[in-house]
Formats: sequence, structure tokens, C-alpha cells
Amino acid sequence: MKTSRVPAMTMWLTLVFFYLPIAVLVLDSFNASRFAGTWGGFSFRWYARLWREQEIWHALRNSMLVGVAATVVSTVLGTSAAFALHRYRTRLQAAHYALIYTPLVVPEILMGMSLLILFVSLRVQLGLFTVFLAHVTFCLSYVTMVVLARLQDFDYSIIEAAMDLGADWRQALWRVLIPLLAPGIMAGALLAFTLSIDDFVTTFFVAGAGATTLPIRVYSMIKHGATPLINALSTLLLALTFLVVWTAQRLIRDNSGRAVPGGGERR
Amino acid sequence: MSEFLEFENVSKSFGAIRAVDGVSFSVKRGEFFSLLGPSGCGKTTLLRIVAGFEQPDAGRVRLDGQDLTDLPPHQRPVNTVFQSYALFPHLSVRENIAFGLRVAGRPRREIREEVDKMLRLIRMEDQAHKKPAQISGGQKQRVAVARALINRPRVLLLDEPLAALDLKLRQHMLLELDLIHDEVGITFLYVTHDQTEAMSVSDRIAVMNGGRVEQIGTPTEVYEAPRSSFVAAFIGDTNFFDGVVTALEDHDYCRLSIQGLPDVLCYNDKQNQPGDPVHLIVRPEKFRISPEPPPADPRRNTLEGVVEDVIYMGNHTRYWVRLDGHRLAVFQQHRRFMLDEKPIRWNDRVWLSWDANDGYMLERYNVSDERLVQRPPDVLTTTKST
Repeated sequence: MKTSRVPAMTMWLTLVFFYLPIAVLVLDSFNASRFAGTWGGFSFRWYARLWREQEIWHALRNSMLVGVAATVVSTVLGTSAAFALHRYRTRLQAAHYALIYTPLVVPEILMGMSLLILFVSLRVQLGLFTVFLAHVTFCLSYVTMVVLARLQDFDYSIIEAAMDLGADWRQALWRVLIPLLAPGIMAGALLAFTLSIDDFVTTFFVAGAGATTLPIRVYSMIKHGATPLINALSTLLLALTFLVVWTAQRLIRDNSGRAVPGGGERR
Repeated sequence: MSEFLEFENVSKSFGAIRAVDGVSFSVKRGEFFSLLGPSGCGKTTLLRIVAGFEQPDAGRVRLDGQDLTDLPPHQRPVNTVFQSYALFPHLSVRENIAFGLRVAGRPRREIREEVDKMLRLIRMEDQAHKKPAQISGGQKQRVAVARALINRPRVLLLDEPLAALDLKLRQHMLLELDLIHDEVGITFLYVTHDQTEAMSVSDRIAVMNGGRVEQIGTPTEVYEAPRSSFVAAFIGDTNFFDGVVTALEDHDYCRLSIQGLPDVLCYNDKQNQPGDPVHLIVRPEKFRISPEPPPADPRRNTLEGVVEDVIYMGNHTRYWVRLDGHRLAVFQQHRRFMLDEKPIRWNDRVWLSWDANDGYMLERYNVSDERLVQRPPDVLTTTKST
């Protein structure tokens, strides 16, 4: 039987469309020449320069700090919210759902601006703490949606079975509910972390003078025309991302005997 | 035997629906007791009240004298086998069975020994390492039973445990449950809508309808002596007759006048008097059907009719016989080699006879219950009878 070549061609075109820019970027990070158009030979020159760039490392530290804190807090809150939304179907919960869902569709610039106005009117000192609060607000919605999706095919009688066998609610939570939801919670946490790490718009509004995160640092570097350095940085981040996603999927597969259902969608 | 699990005036409503309506009865120690009824009759709600998943609006539930009503599920000495099994998908068969002992904080060695014992009981020693997703429906069911039994509950609650299995497996698992019941000696409270399941394994059955208990008795009692038209129609097939007592005979019998039929004789256990309206049932297998008039017998009733439908089932045949204003279901066992017999066909004239002791008069009758009895549709017979 002759199979059509169209699916294969579409696949390759899509992959090229997605990954060609990234491939160019990775290639350019090893380009000795300062200009992207010309190949000046293979070199680690930009990586060495990056190593000495104190401000970048400082910004990365800030990003990590905010990212980890926002992920932990939004994962705990988001999982609780998802469970409440799934378990109790009241009119109040319908409003709850709408309110959780809204941040996903509200333009980010609006979020950033309104948070800034709030912080200023409450006289909260802008800084890493305000960035952290802002990140929790939008990460929360994503974690809730991802965990909620996982809960859709959750059989509540499993919790009843645990209670029936003598588990109090704490044991039911730690021995049954959380292990079962782990893939969803992990996916939500990963998503929250990625969103926090690369958020620019909201952060731009609420970050104080000392609270430069990596995306904001990169933006100001581009303004000063340091592209090769950014290529090197991006390549490192890319490698790190792949490593994290790969290990996360390995972990999840080992735990539940099946692969993680899609990492959720990005905006 | 004493009263072990007692229900006292238990009621439970969901919104405007009264799921359980003032139910009182008790289960004996060691009994295999079934709650039988159609969906929505309140049987599962009653079971969940025992488990502690539902709180009754009124009434008490006692176990061996101890009031369970206000205890949370994890403090009750009862365990449940769920309809969906509700096995923990992230735990292996062994870990599923061990769960109850693990949360109770029992020593590791004891847990291993107890689980091994359970695995032997359900004959799944070689499947212990598998996850629930890797075993069959029947095996899941067995794991669910073992998981519930390992805590040595005072009562094992089974919520339609076989509903998700196919017919063959269901019959097999039913036997297995019966054997496990005999082996462990624990009281079983078994919820089902399937009358054959309930009949074949129960010591006693409570037939439920509309949140109330219609009748409690042994399988033979509820089948042979149903108190209401609901029980008569829900369990097995039956034929209903409305009549009036015209005379008493031989102290124990009464003669009934039934619209469109010659008078029939019936055992009068209800002490009915002439003039009392009665509702008589005759089970289809109580009839004897013959192509010739049977020999006269004062204790036997004889009716004459025309065969309307014949369904040959191998070991027995089902006939539908048309009489004046009646259509009767008749089941005839085949004890002889059928090819030697002259068969009864459509439109044949036949005589039905039954012993006066084989009819039974109901205490309560509701005309809508007659719809529960399966009958071939009328449309088919009109096209056939030309």
C-alpha cells in the first residue's frame, strides 16, 4: 500500500517553522563573529564573556528566587482551589471558577498596570516581593486549570475507600489524593515556574529599581546591542529547560506507570 | 442468633426526594443479607449510611448494641466493596490490600503476613506486584474484597460488586463471594438490583421500593409468599388475578370468583371471608399445561385457553396463553425427551391446571406493579393469530 507523503511533509515543515529560529540562535551563540550574518568560526567566546557578566547572574538569581517562591505558593493555592472547584458545585463555586479563569484572558498589560496601581496606593515598596506577589496571581490560575483537568476523571469513591479502610482525612490526603494528583500538580508547577521565569510585561510594571529579573535584564541588553551574549544565554536556558522537562517526565512516568498528559498550553 | 446490625426508623432525603423513608429492620450475626430493589429504591443510600458516607436525617444505626450513627467512616468497624472497586490506581495489588493495616500503623511483618493470607484467599499470590490497571475486572473485584476484609470488619458492605462484570464472570464471582462468606464468617450486607444474585446467595433478602422495605424473608419466602404485588412482580415472573371470595371450603380453602374465568379454589391463609376482594398470584411454573383436559381433581383448578406465543428455552418452554380477558405466562419444565413429545404450538387449544395450594393471595396490591412483569408485546400476537 502506498502511503501519502503529505503528513510527513507537513510534519517536517512544522518542525522547521518552529525550530529553525532556535537552531539559528544556538548556532550563532558559537559564532566568533559579532554579526549574525557572517560566520567567524566556532568559539566559546560569548560564553566566556557571559561568565563575567555580573549583572546577568544577579538577574538570574532574582528570577530563580521569584520563580521558586511563586511556584511553591501558587501550586499549593492552585491545587486547593482546583479541589474545591471540583468537589463543590454551588453558585459560589461558579463565580469562583470565573474569577480564577479571568486572569488567563485578561491582557497582561492590564494585569501589570492594575497591580502597580494597587501596590502604589497601598504604599507597598516595589521590589522582589511585589514581583513575587504578581507572579503568584497569574501562576495560580494556570495551576488551578491544569490540576482541575487532572481531576475531571478522578473517581471520588477512591477517597471514600481510603476513609472506609480507616484513613483519617490527613492520611487520605497524603496517601491517596496527592499521589494520584501528582502528575497534574507537577505539570502545574512546571508551567508556573516557566511562566514566572520568562514573564516580562507584568514584571516590568511591578519590579522596583533593585529587582531586575532575567527577562528585564535581557531586554535592556538588547537595547544596548549585546545580541551574541544573549544568544549564549538563551542557549544555556534552552538546555536547562530541556533537562528539567525530561527529568520531570521521567519522574512522572516512573511514579504512575504512564506518561504525563501534555504539559498544558502556554499563552 | 441475636440482632446484630439494627436500623431504627432511618430516613434520608436528598432535596425533595426521600431516598430512605423510615426503615427499621435488623441483620443477624454472620448472615449474608441482601438489599434488593430497582435503582433509586434507597438500597445504596442505606448502605452508605452504614459506611458513614451519608448521615441519616432521622433514626439510628446500631452494631452489636453500639450506636454508629455519629461516627465518621474511618472509625466504623465496617468496610465496603465499591461498585467501581475504587482501587488505588497508584498502588500495587499488595499495597492496595495492605492499605487498611498501613494506615492503622501495624508492624511491617504482621502486614506482610496478613496480606499474604488475603492473597491466598483470593488466589492472586502471583499477581501481587501488578497495578490495578494491569489486572482483569474479576481480579479487581477480588482485590477489592480482600482489601475490605483485611481489617476484619464486623460487617462487610458490598455495593453492587458484580455489576461491572459480564454474565459468566458474575456467576463465578457470586459463588466465590459465597465461599469467602462461609470461610471468614463475617456478616455481609449485599446491595443489588439483580434478583437472581440476591436469591442465589442470600440467607435473607430485604426487598426495597421507594425508600421503604416491602418485605424481609428468606429467598424462598419472598419468592413463594410475596406480601405485595411489587415483590411478586420484581422477583421472578408472575400472573395476577383480581377476585372476590364467594365461599369458604374445608376450613382452609376459599372459592374465588374472577372476571371472565370459572371459579378457582385457593388456600386461604389470610382468613378471608366471603365478599372480601383478593389479589391472587400464580407463578408461571406452577401451571401444568396439556393439550387434553386433565383428569378431574377437586384440589386442582383447570382453565381452558389458546396458546398465543411459544418460546423454547431448551430446559423449559415459555407459553403465553390467552383466556377471556387474561394473558397468562406458563413455564413448563421438560423432564422427558422432547423429540418424542407432541409439541404444543401457536393457536393450540390447551388446558392449564394448578393445585389450590400453589396460588398465593397478596396483602397489598398496586396495579402499576403489573408493568414490572415482562410480557411479549400485544402487537406481535395480533399479526400471528390469523
